[in-house]
Amino acid sequence: MVVVKVEGEKRDHNVFLYSLSTCGWCKKTKEFLKEKGVEYEYMDVDTCTSEERRAAIADLKARSAPMGFPLAIIDDETIISGFKPDRYTEALGL
Amino acid sequence: MSLDKVRQRAEQDAKSRGYHLNPDPGFLNDLLEGLKTNEERYGYPACPCRMSSGFFDLDRDIICPCDYRDPDVEEHGACYCSLYVDEATHGSGEAKPVPERRPPEKQAKALGLDEDREVEPKVVRAVQAFETERKLFYCKQCGYVTFREEPPYVCPICRAKQELFAELKTSLKLWTT
Repeated sequence: MVVVKVEGEKRDHNVFLYSLSTCGWCKKTKEFLKEKGVEYEYMDVDTCTSEERRAAIADLKARSAPMGFPLAIIDDETIISGFKPDRYTEALGL
Repeated sequence: MSLDKVRQRAEQDAKSRGYHLNPDPGFLNDLLEGLKTNEERYGYPACPCRMSSGFFDLDRDIICPCDYRDPDVEEHGACYCSLYVDEATHGSGEAKPVPERRPPEKQAKALGLDEDREVEPKVVRAVQAFETERKLFYCKQCGYVTFREEPPYVCPICRAKQELFAELKTSLKLWTT
């Protein structure tokens, strides 16, 4: 898996982000998390191999998550679709 | 294709519709870069904020300017990726995220979720499977004719709404003497 880890001092939550390398809103979300010092991992689903992409799609389908990006999975349960700073602030206690 | 070309094309298109491009220069640059990347990657400028299938026929509705741009700009003041915005959004200096209007069935089909279709593009199969679903539609207001799965949201010529399109039935008559 081409998962990239972004270090941060806030590690209370497990934050995983499915994103697109070409998407402006995904970039904004990554910048927001970094700015807030949140440690997170992300995977750009457009630049990975088709096998990895298939796994990502299957994962999203299994979670009944919308196929829109950015899509964050927090602590394996909370799903945040789109660039929504308020929802991140709430879910991560920022 | 150079970034300048991509920018010029978008600027021209915005102008012709009375729209503006995203007012945040950094964000705009990211979107244009994304379009350029997608054009190089797929051969067509698919929306930078949506996952493309790599099949032209399945991605056709999300090729920029996408089918959903006009209704999105009208309703939300910006399109899904927010490349195109209206006057008010441009004046406010920032576009807000826009909910996805693309029907989930279309997305599912493009991503191969609806059936056991391989996600890997197989061109011949794609052409066979998807070309046949297209029909002819005409705009009752101006007569514009289009060949696709469903009529456009808005007529690109006279801007009539989708409801004003009707299917164009054709028949082939064979004359014998």
